[in-house]
Amino acid sequence: MIKQLSVFLENAPGRLAGLARTLGDSGINMHALMVAEASEFGMVRIICDTPKKAKTLLEEAGFGASVTDVIAVEVPDAPGGLADALEVLGANGANVAYAYCFIHPLEKGAVDVLKVDSDDAEDMLTKAGFTVLAEEALYVPDPVS
Amino acid sequence: MYRPEIESAPREAIEKLQLERLQSMLIRVYDNVGMYRKRFDEAGFDPRSVQSLEDLSHAPFTTKDDLRNAYPYGLFAVPLKDIVRIHSSSGTTGQITVGGYTRHDLEVWAELVARVLTAAGATADSIVQVAYGYGLFTGGLGVHDGSQLLGAMTVPASGGNTKRQVKMLKDLGVNLLACTPSYALRIAETMQEMGVDADEMALHGGVFGAEPWSEQMRTQIENGLGIRATDIYGLSEVMGPGVAGECECQSGLHVFEDHFLLEVVDTETLKPVPDNQYGEVVFTTLTKEGIPLVRYRTRDISRIILGECACGRTLRRMERITGRSDDMLIIRGVNVYPSQIEQVLLGIPGIAPHYQVVLSKKGSMDHIEAQVEVAPGFSFDEVSKLEMLKRQVGIELASSLSVSISVKLVEPKSITRSEGKAKRVVDLRVKEEGAAGQ
Repeated sequence: MIKQLSVFLENAPGRLAGLARTLGDSGINMHALMVAEASEFGMVRIICDTPKKAKTLLEEAGFGASVTDVIAVEVPDAPGGLADALEVLGANGANVAYAYCFIHPLEKGAVDVLKVDSDDAEDMLTKAGFTVLAEEALYVPDPVS
Repeated sequence: MYRPEIESAPREAIEKLQLERLQSMLIRVYDNVGMYRKRFDEAGFDPRSVQSLEDLSHAPFTTKDDLRNAYPYGLFAVPLKDIVRIHSSSGTTGQITVGGYTRHDLEVWAELVARVLTAAGATADSIVQVAYGYGLFTGGLGVHDGSQLLGAMTVPASGGNTKRQVKMLKDLGVNLLACTPSYALRIAETMQEMGVDADEMALHGGVFGAEPWSEQMRTQIENGLGIRATDIYGLSEVMGPGVAGECECQSGLHVFEDHFLLEVVDTETLKPVPDNQYGEVVFTTLTKEGIPLVRYRTRDISRIILGECACGRTLRRMERITGRSDDMLIIRGVNVYPSQIEQVLLGIPGIAPHYQVVLSKKGSMDHIEAQVEVAPGFSFDEVSKLEMLKRQVGIELASSLSVSISVKLVEPKSITRSEGKAKRVVDLRVKEEGAAGQ
C-alpha cells in the first residue's frame, strides 16, 4: 500500500491553486494529482513526498485533508496493460472505487493507483504476476516516528 | 447550594414571599413609572387589588418595543442618582435598550450568579475564568460580580484572543469557565490545535449561556473540554445571566423565583398555558429597583418542567430554551428554530458542530441552505462518501423539520468562529413592502 493525500475543496476560484501553492511553499513535491468533482466540491487525490507531513501542513493552512491507503501497481506502458490488471481484480470479485494512472518516474512503465474494496487486492495482483509498488519506489516517505 | 434556605424552601413559603413582593412591586411601578400607570389604568387593572399570584394575569404585558420606546430612561423607577450602573442589550435586532441597576440590584444579581456557579461546582477556593465580553453586554460583568461574591479567584479574560484564553486556563489552573457555548467549542477546538490536552487542565466545570444550545452541543463541549457543562439563563432586559440556572442534575433550569415570577403563555392567545406545555416565557421582576418589569415577554420558548428535582431545590424548573420566537424562521410556512437544525446536525458523525443557515429567495420561493462543515477527521478520498453524508444530512433535516433544506458541505474551519454570540442565521430575503418588520 502507498499513502495518498486526499483533500476536500470547495468548488471556488483559486482553491486548487491555493492547495498547490501551500504544498509548493512547503517544499513538498507532487508526483501525481487527480481531481474528482461533484457539483459543489472537489476531491483532490495527490501522490506526493511525505504525505502525512503534507496533510498536517494543509490542515494548519485550513484545508480538509486525510491520508488514504491505496494500491500502486506497475503495469506495462502498452495497450491493454491496465485492462489486464483490472481483470484480475474483477475475476476475484474485488470492486474498484476509483483509479488513475501516471508514468513511473524511474521505470519505463505506468503506475496504476487503485482504491479497492478488498483487503486482499494486493495479493491477487502479486499472484497474477504484477509488481505492487511500495512507498519508496514512488516518493519520499514520511520518516518513521 | 449557595442559599439553601431559599433555594430549597417549601413551596408555600416561596409563593408567600412572591405575593408580598409582587404586591409592593406593582404599586411601586404604578406610582413611579408613567407608562405602567397609563397601561394599568387603560386595562382597568388596579395594582392594589392583587390578592393572589394568579391575579397578575389581568395585568398588561411589557414588550421589547416598550423598552425601545422608553429609551433611554423612560422606564426607570428610581431617580438617576440611585442608579450605579448601566448595561445595554446587544441591539442586533434593532434600537438598543438600556438597563439601569441600583446598588441593591447589583447585589441581587451577583448573588443569583453565585447560586449558579455554586451549582456548577464552584466554591470560594475555585478559579473562574470569565470569557464573556466585558462592557455594555451583561455577560462579562454579571458573571464577574457573582464569581467575586462567591470568593472565587476571578480571571476577567473577556472575549477574544482564544490562544491566550487557552494559555491562561492551563497556566493559572482555572477550574471553571464561563462564556457562550459556541465560544466554549471554539476554545476546545483551539486547545486541540495547540496540542493542549484536557487532562493537563484543572478545569472541571463550565457555565454557558446567552444563546440557545442543544444537548448534543453540551456533549461536544463536555468531551472537548473534559468538564461538566451547566446552562445559565438570563436576559439583559430582565437582569442579565442568572435569572435561572441548571443544577448538578442538568435537567432543566431552576428559576430564581424569589426574584422573578415565571409565567409561560401561549404565543397566539397570550393566555397562560398549563405546566409542561410549551409557550413564551414571561417574567415579572419582584425585587428589581432600577427597571422593574411587569409581565415582560422574553420571546424565548420553553416550558415548565413538572415534578421535583433530585437536587433538593424547590425552585421550579424551565426547560432549556428551544428557541426565540424572534429567531423563528418561517420557511415556506413551516416554523423552524435554528436550534432544531443544530440538534440534527450535531447528531450526525462526520459533521463538525459549526454551521450556518442561509435564507434566500429563489423566485418567489423561500430557499434555505444549511452550510455544514465536514469534520476534520473525515476520510476525504471518495466523492461518494461525501455525497452520502450530504444526502444523510438532507434527509435527517427534512424528516425532523418537515421542510426540505438544501445542504452544502463546506471545508473544515471555513465557517467564521464567533467569540461571543454565534451568528447562525443569515437572512438574505428582501423584506417585502408591508410585511411586518422588526
